[in-house]
Amino acid sequence: MGACAMGMLKVLLFVLLMGVCALAQSPTYGVGRTPSAEEIRASDISIGPTGAELPPGRGTAKEGAQVYRRTGCAGCHGATGTGGRAPVLKGTAPSTTKTWDRGRILPIRSPYATTVWDYINRAMPLNREGTLTADEVYALTAFLLYINDVIPEDQVLDAQSLPKVKMPLRSDEFASLPDWKPRTPRLKGYPY
Amino acid sequence: MGSKRPARRDFLKSGAALAGGLTLGAAAPALGQTPDHPDHPEMIKGDKDQIAYGDRSRFVTSVRIAHGGRPSPDAFGLVFHVASPLQDSVGMITPSSLHFVGTTRGSYIPQIDPAKHSLLIHGMVDRPLTFSMDDLKRLPSVTRPHFMECAGNRTSPRAKTVQESHGMTSCAEWTGVLLSVLLKECGLKPGASWFVAEGSEEVKGASSMPIAKAMDDCFVAYGMNGEALRPQQGFPLRLMVPGFEGIFHTKYLRRIKVVDRYYLNYNDYGHLDQEPKIAALEYQIGPKSVITFPSGGHQLPGRGFYEISGLAWSGGGAIRKVEVSTDGGRHWNIAEIKGTAYRMAHTRFGHKWNWDGQETELLSRCTDELGQVQPSRAQLAKFWNKPLDPSFSVPGLDNTIQPWRIGSDGSVRNGNA
Repeated sequence: MGACAMGMLKVLLFVLLMGVCALAQSPTYGVGRTPSAEEIRASDISIGPTGAELPPGRGTAKEGAQVYRRTGCAGCHGATGTGGRAPVLKGTAPSTTKTWDRGRILPIRSPYATTVWDYINRAMPLNREGTLTADEVYALTAFLLYINDVIPEDQVLDAQSLPKVKMPLRSDEFASLPDWKPRTPRLKGYPY
Repeated sequence: MGSKRPARRDFLKSGAALAGGLTLGAAAPALGQTPDHPDHPEMIKGDKDQIAYGDRSRFVTSVRIAHGGRPSPDAFGLVFHVASPLQDSVGMITPSSLHFVGTTRGSYIPQIDPAKHSLLIHGMVDRPLTFSMDDLKRLPSVTRPHFMECAGNRTSPRAKTVQESHGMTSCAEWTGVLLSVLLKECGLKPGASWFVAEGSEEVKGASSMPIAKAMDDCFVAYGMNGEALRPQQGFPLRLMVPGFEGIFHTKYLRRIKVVDRYYLNYNDYGHLDQEPKIAALEYQIGPKSVITFPSGGHQLPGRGFYEISGLAWSGGGAIRKVEVSTDGGRHWNIAEIKGTAYRMAHTRFGHKWNWDGQETELLSRCTDELGQVQPSRAQLAKFWNKPLDPSFSVPGLDNTIQPWRIGSDGSVRNGNA
């Protein structure tokens, strides 16, 4: 009987423990609504370095040059990517200049081509943000990379080829962010 | 100081006017027409608007100003950076109307109907969830005072006032739901190490942050200083990232995506750095303090007693100690911390000072709970092995000691000038 009771107790303990584990992984409050996959897809405009979120579409530099004129990019950034009121989009420093020292120029300093795509898609054109089609964003990205000698004029950019573009800034030329831990100084060995 | 003691004649005159009015049978003293007299101030007639939502006195004229020489609003109505009038501040809380404003690119303010606003959490989670504003208000809340500071809050020789040198920091009491509560509701998947927060403004500003910060003390705030967030502060919902640079505190928060790497989206690109050390210093804010009274542009009426007053804060936690020097840094005195020093919040300090009428310099420095000490520009130049001249730019967010120079005429000027 003692052994039986022990066995029962063990089973009880097991069930209890499982219950606790299950609790830890299931919602505590059950508040909030489950969004549809389509809802998520429609609002997810975060394009990460792997390009996994890139939508279907395609574009080349030649098409991009037309989009650049047609959608008014030239009005702020200049006809050739320089000389406008808005940030410069074409590097002018000699090619021997270190990438970082060529300045904060989106198609040059972005460590990933996905950053260029994400930026244009999210924030351009001024006051008409979010109105470009995926094809137009691919084409503009190709145009900006082409005028900065990052890709050839005839290269087609799409969800597969864009993340593979080799950008001028090497991975050791920009800082990856430090691990952050609660209640630790902002920089190890820095007293200030 | 010119005396403002009322003359007896004025008193008699106003009394006579009042008596005259009454004998003529008027229902009440003529409001707003009584002479300026301490015993008989002008009376403000109650009106519907003042009952509904009160204004400050018309004698209080402290206002925010455009920061960094860029007009706000500009000709198109875009708002850039706007600095808080710290020289007039008292206590530790910045009124919502005077809280500094920062925008990523010059921005219009989205007019968001909270009934239509929601927060989507998705990515590396077991259960993506959408929270309406009503959903969020059902969940357990936190209320915490936190400062927020813009990375551009940099003192310069050109700054004339503390508003120009330090006005891009403010502190409010924020109310909302811990992000850890929401993420547990969704269930984090193994390997989730970063999250991207995104706003609803025109550029859908997005920043990547470590998931460790999300689970420690981030919260989504719908309340500010006892009422709903202000539109300039992200109504109806903003992310609080206590102690991190202002730009991370995503306004008009609409989406959080849990990911496994640094995403290099919009704000991340602008935040990109070459040097890992400088990148680290542009994240969590260091210990910082500034004397707000007396500060640049104030005028001391004469020698004698003054309580020096200022603010101290740190992204590393609570302020443990504030020191004040009234002799240009030769001696340091422990300042009095007023009330509770909350973690990642402005902390008001004071120091009793008898001014002897001589030229001098006032300084303050603070130490936080991690033992981080606010540096002088000279200390930092030495640390980074750079010459100490006006061209020395402090790496990361500038948390150097601000000197205020007191002239023998009682004028107060920027000691960095």
